[in-house]
Amino acid sequence: MIKIEKRNDVPMALYFFTPFIAIILTILGGGIIFYILGFNPIEALKFYFITPISNLYGFSELLLKATPLCLIAIGLSFCFKSNNWNIGAEGQLTFGAIVGGGVALLFYNQEGFYILPLVIIAGAIGGMIFALIPAILKTYFNTNEILVSLMLVYVSKLLLDYLVVGPWSNPEGFNFPETRQFSDSSRMPLLFDGLRIHSGIFLALAAVMLSWFVLYKTYLGFQIKVSGLSLKTAKYAGFKGKTMILVVFMISGACAGLAGVGEITGPIGQLHRMISPDYGFTAIIVAFLGRLNPFGIIFASLIVALTYLGAETAQIFLQIPKYTGQVFQGMILFFLLASDYLLFFKVKILNLKKNELRH
Amino acid sequence: MSLDISFIGILIGSIMASSVPLILAASGELIAERSGVLNLGVEGMMIIGAISGFALMVITDNLFIAIVGSMLSGVIISLIFGFLTQSLLTNHVATGLALTIFGIGLSAMLGKNFVGIPGKEFPILFSSLKESIPFFGPILFGHSIVLYFAFALPFLTNYFLKKTKLGLVVRAVGDSPVSASNQGINVILVRYCCILYGGAMCGLAGAYLSLIYTPQWIENMTAGRGWIALALVVFATWSPIKVLIGALIFGGITILQLHMQAIGFRIPVQFLSALPYLMTIIVLVVISRDSRKIKLNTPTSLGRIFYKEK
Repeated sequence: MIKIEKRNDVPMALYFFTPFIAIILTILGGGIIFYILGFNPIEALKFYFITPISNLYGFSELLLKATPLCLIAIGLSFCFKSNNWNIGAEGQLTFGAIVGGGVALLFYNQEGFYILPLVIIAGAIGGMIFALIPAILKTYFNTNEILVSLMLVYVSKLLLDYLVVGPWSNPEGFNFPETRQFSDSSRMPLLFDGLRIHSGIFLALAAVMLSWFVLYKTYLGFQIKVSGLSLKTAKYAGFKGKTMILVVFMISGACAGLAGVGEITGPIGQLHRMISPDYGFTAIIVAFLGRLNPFGIIFASLIVALTYLGAETAQIFLQIPKYTGQVFQGMILFFLLASDYLLFFKVKILNLKKNELRH
Repeated sequence: MSLDISFIGILIGSIMASSVPLILAASGELIAERSGVLNLGVEGMMIIGAISGFALMVITDNLFIAIVGSMLSGVIISLIFGFLTQSLLTNHVATGLALTIFGIGLSAMLGKNFVGIPGKEFPILFSSLKESIPFFGPILFGHSIVLYFAFALPFLTNYFLKKTKLGLVVRAVGDSPVSASNQGINVILVRYCCILYGGAMCGLAGAYLSLIYTPQWIENMTAGRGWIALALVVFATWSPIKVLIGALIFGGITILQLHMQAIGFRIPVQFLSALPYLMTIIVLVVISRDSRKIKLNTPTSLGRIFYKEK
């Protein structure tokens, strides 16, 4: 990340403007790729970015996909701001869904107002515990959190696979790799009839408000930001580094766990192998695109959710694989990272003194 | 199923075949990491290699062009990573992730018209010896040239890093870019070369999958092998020879779980599949808790951006 003296010199307007440059470049790049593949680029882009949200149902789908992305990215912003590279949110999402789903399965034949809150809390705790593994290993054994959190993604996915095929599979399910359907009391209430958008969106909005408050109005937020800008300063100021690492990972894991629970109690309604189309990885792009700012993340989650929707529409209308969404997601991040050089260059002109090792 | 000696020979042969993409990708990534670059784009570069190799085979009907082309495509896609991280000083982790996400998407887009086309038989060497010698035949003979190359590569890499001047330069750049730079070494150029070499090896690893191991194109066919290769580099504590051993262990787990399923072994396959990842975490803990050990093994500047004022 950028060092403290540099960040001070970065013009804030440019800092929040470059994500828009990245989005425009991505759309242009996408048009070029569509052209090479033999499509009319304008029409293809229209199918991709306009058609999906041109009706109420599409708009509800956009919010549905933006919800987990926003939640996870909010959590990740705590980690990234303090220079902790948690890239295993997908694993924390999966483990949260396993724990939350396990609670929901306990009550599969019961109804009651208390069930959904229990499921949600269980999911958050599950994600939190799973995120604590890389955090504890980092603080006490000095391991690299990037690699540990990444390895755990696969462990959690295999655990989910084992559960839905084996002990948790639906006894009446003809050996399909899925659990029983959750009871209605374990499901997120829908906001409108006929649309899939559910009340999980309020969890995401609450996370945005809370994270804004914690990051900008509390001592903890101050500590997080200072440690991210300069670990030396943080140590000098006497901040408890180890505790802070554990706290940011717990926040991040809890958010990812909530996102997982939101998916299984919302649109899915049971556990099966494919509970997330890599939301945990894509949320990293969202966090960057949103500039680790709570309100920026809302905007970024909508944009990135649109790439998911656009890929589905393009699959139907243009018969191209839905993986194209990932081409756009990859490009957004490429262009965003590249355009950050503009910020860096501005700064560089201002202090021409020393060699610098940035990380 | 009988556990006779010739069956074990065939089993070992198949474990070797399944470890080839891991050895190739991990050896390439190892060089990049020894120069201080953490490229999380291995999976993306592999899948691009897989589709370009297969597509070139279908278009040109020439396996040599397909293999070379897959390596070239790996170089081209890793050039994006190199340009961003080395010239534009972007964060390695984020750029590598973007490369993997981008590569998986792009390969599916490019491969749309190649789904369902049958692959071509890849020539194997010494096929007569494979049949005639019991036990050792299936282990030593009847493999593709890429397999023999893959098994030589860790030794070549080891020799390169330890015995050649260029290898020393790579290690110096990874361990102390500032001093290397002060010695007149062009750190950025060395890192570019290491990144591109890693891209070539990952491309080859992908082509091995789509041309030799399972000769066809399937979307997302690398199926997480790139991540295992990344884990393998850490598991091997950045030592090329240990990469070979680790790849055989990880490849062996893949093959064993297939056979265990067949004989109805009690351990769930998912637990076996999770072993490489868990073992990597354990190795990480063991080498990291001792700060002396980690200094001995890990390239000191791994994943850090080097920036020199002009």
